[in-house]
Amino acid sequence: MSTSTTSRPADGLRDEDTTVSAAAPGAAARKLGGVAGWVDDRTGSAKGVGYLMKKVFPDHWSFMLGEIAMYSMIICLLTGAFLTFWFVPSAGHTIYEGSYVPLRGVSMSEAYASTLNISFEVRGGLLIRQIHHWAALMFVVALTVHMFRVFFTGAFRKPREINWVIGSVLALLAIVEGFAGYSLPDDLLSGTGIRAMQGFVQTAPVIGSYLSWGIFGGAFPGEMIIPRLYSAHVLLIPALLIGLFSAHIILVAMQKHTQFPGPGRTNDNVVGFPVMPVYAAKAGGFFFIVFGVIVLISGLVGINSVWVYGPYDPSPVTAGSQPDWYMGFADGALRLLPGWLEFSFLGVTLSLNIALGALVLLPLVYTVLGVYPFVEAWLTKDKREHHLLQRPRNAPTRTALGMAAITIYSIFMFAAGNDIIAIKFGMSINDITVMFRWGLFLLPPLVFWVTKRICLSLQRRDRDTVLHGRETGTILRSPAGGFSERHEEISAQDRWTMVEHEPVATLELGESVDSNGVAAPDSKTLARRQKLSRFYYGDAVNPVTPAELDQAHHDHHGEAETDAIEGGRH
Amino acid sequence: MNALAARRRHPAAIAILIMLGLILTGALYAAVAPRPADAGTASADTVEMGRGLFLANCASCHGTNAEGLKLGDGDRVAGPTLVGVGKAAVDFQMGTGRMPMTVPGVQAPRMDEIKFTEKEISAIGDYIASLAPGPNVPSEEAVDPTKGDAARGGSLFRVNCAMCHNSAGAGGALTRGKYAPSLSGVIPRHIYEAMETGPQNMPVFSDRNLSATDKRDIIAFLKTVENQPSPGGMTLGSLGPVAEGLFAWVFALGLLVACAIWLGKKAA
Ligand code: HEC
Ligand code: HEC
Ligand code: HEM
Repeated sequence: MSTSTTSRPADGLRDEDTTVSAAAPGAAARKLGGVAGWVDDRTGSAKGVGYLMKKVFPDHWSFMLGEIAMYSMIICLLTGAFLTFWFVPSAGHTIYEGSYVPLRGVSMSEAYASTLNISFEVRGGLLIRQIHHWAALMFVVALTVHMFRVFFTGAFRKPREINWVIGSVLALLAIVEGFAGYSLPDDLLSGTGIRAMQGFVQTAPVIGSYLSWGIFGGAFPGEMIIPRLYSAHVLLIPALLIGLFSAHIILVAMQKHTQFPGPGRTNDNVVGFPVMPVYAAKAGGFFFIVFGVIVLISGLVGINSVWVYGPYDPSPVTAGSQPDWYMGFADGALRLLPGWLEFSFLGVTLSLNIALGALVLLPLVYTVLGVYPFVEAWLTKDKREHHLLQRPRNAPTRTALGMAAITIYSIFMFAAGNDIIAIKFGMSINDITVMFRWGLFLLPPLVFWVTKRICLSLQRRDRDTVLHGRETGTILRSPAGGFSERHEEISAQDRWTMVEHEPVATLELGESVDSNGVAAPDSKTLARRQKLSRFYYGDAVNPVTPAELDQAHHDHHGEAETDAIEGGRH
Repeated sequence: MNALAARRRHPAAIAILIMLGLILTGALYAAVAPRPADAGTASADTVEMGRGLFLANCASCHGTNAEGLKLGDGDRVAGPTLVGVGKAAVDFQMGTGRMPMTVPGVQAPRMDEIKFTEKEISAIGDYIASLAPGPNVPSEEAVDPTKGDAARGGSLFRVNCAMCHNSAGAGGALTRGKYAPSLSGVIPRHIYEAMETGPQNMPVFSDRNLSATDKRDIIAFLKTVENQPSPGGMTLGSLGPVAEGLFAWVFALGLLVACAIWLGKKAA
């Protein structure tokens, strides 16, 4: 049972479809004379709700990745509120007298003592802490793969660029939120994280030490940083997250969800299930599945066992000091940057070996992410609206760029675990670092090239299948004695997904020199743009055109094609 | 006998005599001098038995008199000198299966299978101790975890050991393939001896750095942590955020995506 929401010309093709006449919930509610009617009389909310309820969502598992992120965030908010009831955001000094024997009598901050208290004394406290932390990890994991989905299917194209930018900011805020939370319990690991952060801040040229002084309200560590991080973690960033996230969702509802191409799915309709009741039931059910899986994991697998690390104290560090995975790429960059990038002149030290990884990389990653849609639109000169998704193979250059970017990010991320890799695989940490350094320069181009080749080959195979049908494996022997393989024509449905995408071509920007031999004013930019366009579309494989298909059919007299084994392919 | 008599006036004879005299006084001093703990039990017999075992199993690398053996390749040695390392070092190295070293590598690894009996190890230890005094095997009481203060030991451990061994004693990487091993399952005596003798890249924690009480507290901490059930569930090897991130990406995400696909298939 599918409906389309908008009445557009394409609907004419679907006249025979049974349309569900979903009565406006407002009206239905009033018929029930229930609470909804009462609310509507006072707020007039029925119209908006009815609009939302009739929204149609296409169905594909990859569209649920964003939901996993959303639910994980909601779980963080719920469990976080629970944690605030007991957590004491203070660096105040105390002696632990709780039930964890190996720490009894040890002096520590109140923040750490209260985290131990939540873990060991508060009923269900440890479970809630672990849910909070696992959900935080899953939040960032899910939003990352959600982003991959949006990127590789081209869902960020006009008119959804703004939502892509919002998403990028959300991703950045999520990791900052996570870092702030990770730093709160004031255990050895989180303290080491704050210490590292202070180091990063200090590498800012000229203003570094003032900045650090300001953030910490004095010398490191001081008493200010935990309360400040706490305000950021439970108030400031969550507020921003919720605001931006709402905008994100409202935009999705307004712009309607994209869909994968398929018969009956056009750029002008949305085929799927209406929110009420099907989609809501599915999505609601999915919330409980996500919640259930995260609770299950939190019940079975420990995370951030703060009692193991001990209280923070600036002198010790522990082997295996790493941030949570989403901050790993910055840590990894620091481990890869060579030490000779530290310069000293006129009594001023410029620690590029740290600043590049810490102060430059992080904003850079999220800026590149945010501007990508605009760059692509500019160099492909594509200003049209897109509501149909692309199969990744049909945008080979983008897919290859994305894979190369993921490669760079992953190398940085894995480099943060170089010591763990060394002990687990019995390797030398020095060799691993050298390997990663080379990999950083060699692998991305390689991955780009391989991915692009794979995409182009897949496109060519699609063309081949459309033109010549599917190889059946059935060998025929002709009366003359020749052998050939029978090809079977594919169904119209299958063919559609292989030919629906738009043909592309490099920009033809015309003469850069006019008839009088005068260079066009912006000829340099034009030339550059054309070059980029050629990079993007230069070796494009375009879909089979109807004419080509006719021709192919004509050649084979409309019969199922056979492929001669002797004498080669046609 | 004639040959010996003929060489009586050989110029080297005097040197050999002096050396013999020195060794004898040394050995005599070692035998008579007051020694800590159970050193007195080392009889000449066990020393002799230890020497035999040493010659058969260790001399190929450490030299016939435990004086160490050069490889003739710069500073590299087949085995360092063992004069003065003490019985504790032998007990640790052999008791954890590190010695006799089987394959040359960056670091002699801990072995599960110990090819020598306690008695043989003790005999070799006595032989090494007879060469020159060194740290002895600690007494039962000195390493009894129940007599130590685990919380105090935890603080000491974090300051002195965690940077190499990780705060949970899970182990960590050092440079060029060397590593500080996991400390779980190491018996108290060997923990004590490791601190006392500082094997390979581990520093020596003499009694001036960490007193006998400190060492026992550290042992108490390690044993408490090891024996108590993990309150949070599986520990993922106590490797911290890297293991947790890997688990989130592979296992948790896999499970959630599987659920999403399953739900997507359940078309209404
Ligand atoms: C294959 C060569 C080899 C053999 C055989 C060998 N060792 Fe070693 N041994 C070494 C090397 C190399 C070292 C130094 C590096 C190390 O500690 O792992 C060493 C170190 C030691 C140490 C530690 C020295 C110190 O300074 O603390 C002791 C004790 C020791 N060996 C005892 C023995 C005993 C006892 C045997 C015989 C049962 C033995 N070794 C057999 C190569 C060997
Ligand atoms: C500089 C790094 C470093 C520090 C600090 C250090 N260790 Fe070690 N430790 C090592 C290395 C390397 C080894 C492996 C030696 C070997 O294999 O012979 C080791 C081995 C050990 C072992 C033997 C484990 C086994 O598998 O048999 C114990 C026990 C031990 N250390 C305890 C400690 C204690 C307790 C402290 C703190 C007082 C400490 N270590 C401090 C590097 C260190
Ligand atoms: C939405 C995204 C959020 C993320 C990604 C996140 C992440 C984290 C992380 C990684 C920790 C460390 C926890 C640990 O292992 O102990 C943490 C701690 C904490 N968070 Fe959050 N959090 C989020 C939202 C919230 C909210 C909304 C609140 C409060 C209203 C909150 C309250 C707390 C408290 C009190 C702690 C410290 C308690 C403890 O460590 O036991 N969090 N958070």
